[in-house]
Amino acid sequence: MSYLIDNREGVQHLLMGNEAIVRGALEAGVNVTAGYPGTPSSEIIEAFSKIAGDRNIYAEWSTNEKVAMEVAAAASFAGLRSLCVMKQNGVNVASDFLLHLASSGTRGGMLLVTCDDPGALSSVNEGESRLFAKLVEIPLLEPGDFQEAKDLTTWAFGLSEKIKNIVMIRSVTRMSHASGNVTFGPLPETVPHAEYSCDGPLLDTETGPVISMILAAPELQHGPQQEKLEKAARLFEDCPFNTYTGPEAPELLIVTSSACNLYVREAVHLLEIDDRVGILKLATTWPLPPNLIKQNLMRADRIFVVEEVLPTLEGNIKILAADMAPETGIKTFYGKHSGHIPSVGELNPDIVVSALVRILDIDYRPADATFEYEAAALADTMAPNRGMTFCPGCPHRASFWSIHHAIALDGRNGFVCGDIGCYVMGTLPSGYSTVKTLHSMGSGSGLASGFGKLKQFGLEQPVLAVCGDSTFFHAAMPALANAIHHKSPFTLMLLDNRGTAMTGFQPHPGSPVDVMGEPAQAIDIEAICRAMGAKVEIADPFNLEKTQEMLNHLMEHGEGAKVLILRQACALSPERRGKKKFDVSVDETICIGENCGCNRLCTRIFGCPGITWDNDKKVSRIDTIICAGCGVCADICPVGAIRKKEVA
Amino acid sequence: MNSTRLSKDPYSVIITGVGGQGNVMASRVLGSMLVNNGFSVTIGETFGASQRGGSVMSHLRISETSSWSPQIPKGTADIIVSLEPIEAVRVLAAYGNPGVILLSNTRPIFPVNVIKGDAAYPSVEELKKSVRRLIPHSIFIEATEEALKMGNPILANIIMLGAVVGLNILPITRENFRTAIGERVSPDTVDLNMDAFDLGSRLGQQ
Ligand code: SF4
Ligand code: SF4
Repeated sequence: MSYLIDNREGVQHLLMGNEAIVRGALEAGVNVTAGYPGTPSSEIIEAFSKIAGDRNIYAEWSTNEKVAMEVAAAASFAGLRSLCVMKQNGVNVASDFLLHLASSGTRGGMLLVTCDDPGALSSVNEGESRLFAKLVEIPLLEPGDFQEAKDLTTWAFGLSEKIKNIVMIRSVTRMSHASGNVTFGPLPETVPHAEYSCDGPLLDTETGPVISMILAAPELQHGPQQEKLEKAARLFEDCPFNTYTGPEAPELLIVTSSACNLYVREAVHLLEIDDRVGILKLATTWPLPPNLIKQNLMRADRIFVVEEVLPTLEGNIKILAADMAPETGIKTFYGKHSGHIPSVGELNPDIVVSALVRILDIDYRPADATFEYEAAALADTMAPNRGMTFCPGCPHRASFWSIHHAIALDGRNGFVCGDIGCYVMGTLPSGYSTVKTLHSMGSGSGLASGFGKLKQFGLEQPVLAVCGDSTFFHAAMPALANAIHHKSPFTLMLLDNRGTAMTGFQPHPGSPVDVMGEPAQAIDIEAICRAMGAKVEIADPFNLEKTQEMLNHLMEHGEGAKVLILRQACALSPERRGKKKFDVSVDETICIGENCGCNRLCTRIFGCPGITWDNDKKVSRIDTIICAGCGVCADICPVGAIRKKEVA
Repeated sequence: MNSTRLSKDPYSVIITGVGGQGNVMASRVLGSMLVNNGFSVTIGETFGASQRGGSVMSHLRISETSSWSPQIPKGTADIIVSLEPIEAVRVLAAYGNPGVILLSNTRPIFPVNVIKGDAAYPSVEELKKSVRRLIPHSIFIEATEEALKMGNPILANIIMLGAVVGLNILPITRENFRTAIGERVSPDTVDLNMDAFDLGSRLGQQ
C-alpha cells in the first residue's frame, strides 16, 4: 500500500511537493485526474495512477495538455472533483480551452496544477504560468511549503465550488521536487455519482448546457466571471494560508510566496534580523485580497517583494499600493524593478541575503574568503564540467550519428529541425550538433513544412525534422498533415523509443498499456503516417548502415513528406534497462588510438560514456559498469578493435 | 547510541554524485530515517538532467522545528557525501567551509568532455591530497570497488550511507536504517543492504 493513502489522521510522512499535492487532492475526494508528462510535474499523475484502484480514481496521461484539461473539465461538468496537471509550457498548449472554460465556469471542484521551472533546470525555457491566471481571470494559489502544498490543494477544491470556476495552483521545481514533513488529514469516503445535467435553460449554471459563448453580449458571461473573481478576493481576505510573521512595525516588509518563502526565512535567519523585518507570505497571489494587503502595507514604509522570474506579484502589489497611497502613504519598493532581485533564473537564499544586505545596509561576510578562494581554485583545476549527453546505449546517439553522416554524404548542406524530448541534445556536440532549430512541442515538423516550401525562393537544402513518438501524438501530427497536404518535401525522422523517455517513460497513445497498467489500444504510428499519405520506411537505428542508406534514399526521393521511423527502445526502458544485448570489449592490440580515422573516433567523436580513454596505454576501453551493451560502437570503429559478443 | 540532538539547527547535509548512482534513493533513505526519529527534514533535489550524465545533488536540511530552504546557502554545508570524487570537489567549492566533513567515493565517472579529450580528469591521489590540504575532515572510501565485490556497484550509495551514520554525528542508528531500507527494497535484499551499510560504517570510522 502506498503511504499516500495512509488513513491514520495526524501521521507524518516525508513527501515531495508533488506528492503533497496528490495527498491534498485525495483528502478533498478527487476522482478524475489527467495530465501530460513534463518535468517537474510528472510525479503527480504517476502517484494517482498507483493508488487509482484503492481510492476509486481515474488517472490518464492524455495526448496533450489541452486534452488533459478537457478530460478533467468533463468530470467537473458531471459534478465530480477533478484535477489536470502540466508543466508551465503545457499551460500554453491548454490555454485556448482554458480561456473558454474560465468563461463557461465549472461545477464539481476543478484545479489546474501547473509546475513552473524557474531557472529552466529541466525545460527549454523558464516561461511563467502565473500570468495566465490574470489573463483568463481565474484565482491563483501558490503553496509556500510542503504542508501547505497539501492543505492548500484541499482548500482549493472548496474554493472552486464556491465560485464555480477552475482554480489554478502553481508550484515550482524547488517545491515539486523538494520534500518535507507533511502531517496527514482524514481521507473522505466519497461515493461519486457522475451525471451531466444539461437540459435546463441556456446559461443556467446548474442545469443548462455548459458553454462559452458570448455572442456580442459580454455581460451575460464575462460579467458573472468577474464577479466570481471578486468573490474569490473576498474569500482570500481570511484565507488561513496568508500569514504574517515579524514585529508589529518592521523596518522592512517582505512580501513573498511559493518556494521563495523558504529562501526568505533562511536569509532572515542567517542575517539574524527577525526583529527588524516582517514576512508576509501570500498563498493567494491572484486576485490579491485588497484589505489584507492594505493592513500589511500600513506596517512599514519599505516593501521588498521576493519572487522568481517576472515581477508579477510586485506589479500587482504596486497597483494596489498606488490606489491605497492616500491611506497608507507612499511606499518605497524593492524587488525586480529596483534591481535587487534578478528577473532571470531561479532564486536561492544567497540572492535574498545579498539583496537584504544592500537594502538594510548590513555588514555581513558570508564565508571564509581564503577558503572560498582556494576551494574555487581547486574546483577549477580538478573538476571538469559534466556536459549533458545521451545515456549509454541510447538509440538517439545512434540516430544522430546516422543523420549526421547521411547529411554529410548528401552534400547539399541539409539541416534538421528539432523538437522536444531527450533529443533536444541533438543541438549539442553529443548529438553531433545536427539539430538547427528548437522550439516547442511539434514545431520541428511545422518549421520543416515551411522550409520545404521555400524552394521557389531558391532554398535547395534538404530539410529534415526529428520528433519522438509521444511528441508525434502531442503536436506533430497537424504539422505533418499540413506538409503532406501541401506537398512540402521534408523527411521526418520519428524517433520511436516506445514511451515518453525524457520524463520517466510514461505511456502515450502508441503504447499498449495505459498509466494504470490496463491494456490500451495502441495506435500504430506507421499506419497513421501511411494513411495520411506519407512515404514511410522503418529502420533500427542500431543498424547504422541501413539507417544511413535509407536516409540518403529518402532525402533524394523528390516530392512530398517522407517519414523514417527509427524504432529502438530507450536504454532506460523496462525492456532494456539492466539487460545487455552484447558484451563489448576493446582489443588493445588492434585499437590504433590517436592514429585512428578522426583521432580516437569512438571516444572523441562518437562519445558514448561507456567508452573511455586509457591515457597510460593510449587505447580505448569499455567501462563495463556504464556500458549498456548496445553494440553500436563496434560498428563505428574503423579497424574493428571493438568486439561485441551476443550475451547468451 | 548516537546523540539525539542536532549540534546545529538546521543541520545541512549534501549528497552528490552523477545521474544513475542512486543519489536520490540515498537522500530519501537518510531523510526518512530522520523523519521517523521525529525530525523535520527538507530535501532539495536537482535531478532534471540526472539520467543524462549530469551532476546531481541533494540538499538535506535537518531541524527540530520546521522546513527550511531546499537549497543550502553557499558555504554552509556541515557534511558532504559524494558518490564521485570530482563532484566532491565541485560541491566543496560551492557549499564547503573549513569545518565541513567530507566523505567521498573514489571511483571516477568520466565526464563526456574528458572522454572526448577536451578536458583532463585529475589523478584521484592528487585530488585527495589537495582536499586534505583544504579541510581537516575528509574520508575517502573505495565504495564502488567494495560494492562490486558484493556483487552490485549500485550498493556504493548504501556503503556511503553507512559511513555517514558511522560518524555518529546524526541522530540516527543502524536500526533506523533497517526500517527505512525495508520500506524500499524487496525483503530478500535487506540483508545485502545491511551488509553494505555495516561495511560502510566500518570504513567510515577509519
Ligand atoms: S532516457 Fe532514453 S531517450 Fe533519453 S537519453 Fe537516455 S536512453 Fe536516450
Ligand atoms: S556498446 Fe558501446 S555504444 Fe553501446 S553502450 Fe556500450 S560502450 Fe556505449
